[in-house]
Amino acid sequence: MTINQSGWKPEMTANDTAAAAPTFTGNRALMLEEPLIFEIGSTRTTGVDFAGGDVKHDRLGGLTRKEPIGLPGLSEPETVRHYTRLSRQNYAIDLGLFPLGSCTMKHNPRLNERMARLPGFADVHPLAPVDTVQGALGVINELAHWLIALTGMHGVAMSPKAGAHGELCGILAIKAALEKRGEGHRKVVLVPESAHGTNPATAAFAGFTVEDIPATADGRVDTQALEARLGPDVAAVMITNPNTCGLFERDLKRISDAVHAAGGYVYCDGANFNAIVGRVRPGDLGVDAMHINLHKTFSTPHGGGGPGSGPVVLSEALSPFAPLPYTARTADGHIHLIEEERADEFAEEHFGGRLDSFGRMTAFHGQMGMFTRALTYILSHGADGLRQVAEDAVLNANYVLRSLEGTLDAPFAGAGPCMHEALFSDAGLAQGFSTLDIAKGLIDEGFHPMTVYFPLVVHGAMLVEPTETESKAALDQFVGALRSVAERAKAGDQALKSAPHFAPRARLDETRAARKPVLAWREPAAPPAEAAE
Amino acid sequence: MMRYLPLTGHDREAMLATIGVHSIDDLFVDVPEAARLNGPIEGLPLHATELQVERHMTALARKNTVAGEVPFFLGCGAYRHHVPASVDHLIQRGEFLTAYTPYQPEIAQGTLQMLFEFQTQVARLLGTDVANASMYDGSTACWEAVGMARRITRRTKAILSSGLHPHYVSVARTMAKYTGDVLETAVPDLSADMDLDRLIAAIDDETSCVVVQYPDILGRIGDLRPLADACHARKALLVAVVTEPVAMGALKSPGEMDADIVVGEGQSLGVGLQFGGPYVGLFGCKEKYVRQMPGRLCGETVDADGKRGFVLTLSTREQHIRREKATSNICTNSGLCALAFSIHMTLLGEAGLRRLAGLNHAGAVHAAERLAEVPGIRLVTERFFNEFTLDLGQEARPVVRTLAEKGVLAGVSLGRLYPGEDALANGLVVAVTETTTSEDVEALANALQEVLA
Repeated sequence: MTINQSGWKPEMTANDTAAAAPTFTGNRALMLEEPLIFEIGSTRTTGVDFAGGDVKHDRLGGLTRKEPIGLPGLSEPETVRHYTRLSRQNYAIDLGLFPLGSCTMKHNPRLNERMARLPGFADVHPLAPVDTVQGALGVINELAHWLIALTGMHGVAMSPKAGAHGELCGILAIKAALEKRGEGHRKVVLVPESAHGTNPATAAFAGFTVEDIPATADGRVDTQALEARLGPDVAAVMITNPNTCGLFERDLKRISDAVHAAGGYVYCDGANFNAIVGRVRPGDLGVDAMHINLHKTFSTPHGGGGPGSGPVVLSEALSPFAPLPYTARTADGHIHLIEEERADEFAEEHFGGRLDSFGRMTAFHGQMGMFTRALTYILSHGADGLRQVAEDAVLNANYVLRSLEGTLDAPFAGAGPCMHEALFSDAGLAQGFSTLDIAKGLIDEGFHPMTVYFPLVVHGAMLVEPTETESKAALDQFVGALRSVAERAKAGDQALKSAPHFAPRARLDETRAARKPVLAWREPAAPPAEAAE
Repeated sequence: MMRYLPLTGHDREAMLATIGVHSIDDLFVDVPEAARLNGPIEGLPLHATELQVERHMTALARKNTVAGEVPFFLGCGAYRHHVPASVDHLIQRGEFLTAYTPYQPEIAQGTLQMLFEFQTQVARLLGTDVANASMYDGSTACWEAVGMARRITRRTKAILSSGLHPHYVSVARTMAKYTGDVLETAVPDLSADMDLDRLIAAIDDETSCVVVQYPDILGRIGDLRPLADACHARKALLVAVVTEPVAMGALKSPGEMDADIVVGEGQSLGVGLQFGGPYVGLFGCKEKYVRQMPGRLCGETVDADGKRGFVLTLSTREQHIRREKATSNICTNSGLCALAFSIHMTLLGEAGLRRLAGLNHAGAVHAAERLAEVPGIRLVTERFFNEFTLDLGQEARPVVRTLAEKGVLAGVSLGRLYPGEDALANGLVVAVTETTTSEDVEALANALQEVLA
């Protein structure tokens, strides 16, 4: 096998001219166009067979649906083909390196999938009598145990459905704790400029006022500015560690101590926990609450945008405020599910203290299917494997960072190593060329682009997170491709401005989509009147 | 040494040399000495083979009573339906399973077109103009609808039906503490009808919305049109909650009865029970409110060559752009579950959905009438879809436990959902789907007769 590591430059030949000619179908060999189900299906077609009697008399009380719904059906072979064809228009980790910084696109082990589908987990009702679901509660309880152990915290709330939902859980626990102390007047949450957008959105949702904390020239939180801002009106600080510039916040313990001394709490955005799992316990840094994205650190699949899962580990100070329900294992080995009823009595009976739960975040008990996968992953890696995960993730990112030295501007590289992701800026590109052009150029090279224009503290940011599941050969090929595309952007290669050229679609008109939103398909027989524009 | 890590020892040495450091510890220099964990995580074993892990997980799975192996009648927001084999096959294609949020639309048209199809299917099913690309689940979608109604009406009083799932009420109550919404709630009673009259009487000029579940927690149904009219007369919104989307194959949709926002739990189609999650929240509304909608939206556009394509759109509502001014802090949807929902819906089509709904209803009518013959049992719900409530004449919760010991999962006792509400303690909510056989119904009837005697 040969891989051209210096990158491939498209050159038009006679053959390519023929290749540019249109085909009858619009397809290009394996690149297959696929209509919408509304264009190929029929409301009379079904791909499911049924057996059984008809309704002899109904009890619908006159509410029987009479109007057509407009839902097309396809036979099973047509359905399989439709979705298989659609799937082939997606990039995915299974196809190649997916270096989205902050998103942690690592390999999704298939054992996780198999375990989540065991009927004992997949075919169990959330309201089944507790005695009949001891194994399912056991998964929740066992995963909770390891999350606490891995983070050095005191408790964990398992029910949040995703990272942002976990942030909300942590912030609400902080709010409840403040109110319990009679300090509900603390209204300010300090958030670094480099934070994920969910941080300020979450704090604002909970009724807090958000204030930015500046960053230092080396890409970290300005500790002095932060300490100077602390006071009786500050409820909490939300810090991401490692931060979104891919750097470890060296001063976090000092910051935590200062925040605690000033009467506030420390929320840690755990989106980047994968860089330190097995090597650093956030509990040792004074953190009060941290969500863990099971779909990042613990390899549950991203599924094209969810479902995620965001358990929140909590300090001793915040644990009593955790949301319901939670599981608890008593000395007799029985695992209890503590819901709205009996929560206080149970806590008193078994833990010698009352609960001050702030309430409930979701129906039922959280993302069970993700718990099964995450537990499978933790047990597969074990203590040694998880530590190696962090080490290889950091090694791979630093390898990318150093390999691109001299090609792309890395604003914080001079300050030392990065953690699990390498950050570059758009400095040095030719006039009129941007980070977006590099991203689209990478698509033609067969890669998903890195995270672009985030974090906001770096101009034209490019955040590369290779993860630990990439081989050296894959990294070398990616580095070669990125170097080639960056050189073209620096040289002002106009072909890059219209990239991608080889993807299922060229650049899409997002302005048009937003100006006049078309959010559902409508029969062309009755098209929405096209106003003259 | 570990199957998920491709780097070899030799690779690591070579890479450290390229980086210009001696050891991996040199890359962790920014971690203060005191914060470094030098030993292993306490109690966590070393890495394990697939076979070892599979044995451990299988042993845990065996401790659960599998719904499909016993007569099974639980519902109340999560329903057991048959999911065609091709659904699970297709969602496990790596191009769907291991893709990210479609932020680079040129190489994510598969996910985007699927979401566009999903949005259209959901809107049609719920009877709304538009629907979003999904929410975490029904309970969070319900809360988001209350927040959306507040933003649209600039009022803060929401009236929640007593027939709304108590977990949904609990979520809304939790969130309302922090947003300043005032919720008017009530506990249901064991009567045949939804509390529509009570809701209509409660609407005033401060009301942002009325939230009503259809069918409701006891399985009851009713005409929402007069309620919608009453809401609109006071410039309030009607939010309808559907926890059983299969019902839409038999019943008029809430949108058809002029609900403004319709949310739902989509778990019934494609997703499976999974002990409560992940599920998929459905969220539809009238077109005029779309800019106040939470969550992701996929829209149609064209590419530079004029070809039709799809992108995420109206993201100026969202947190990654608006930060603290976003309509919601929500960042993910429930993409893969939305895909499962959409594939199942495509397999069914309208004809299949109607047939499925008919089977569910026929089975439920048969079961309700059979169980009502058991001495001591009264059928509370007279009009229902596939779920109904029985009054057992004695406390239902211990009966459910006793029946579970006999290998029959009888339903959800209202004592579990409404602890401390004595007036509801005798209530048992029974769900029947196409997976329920007449033998299952006989088994439940006989077991109840034995236990209640």
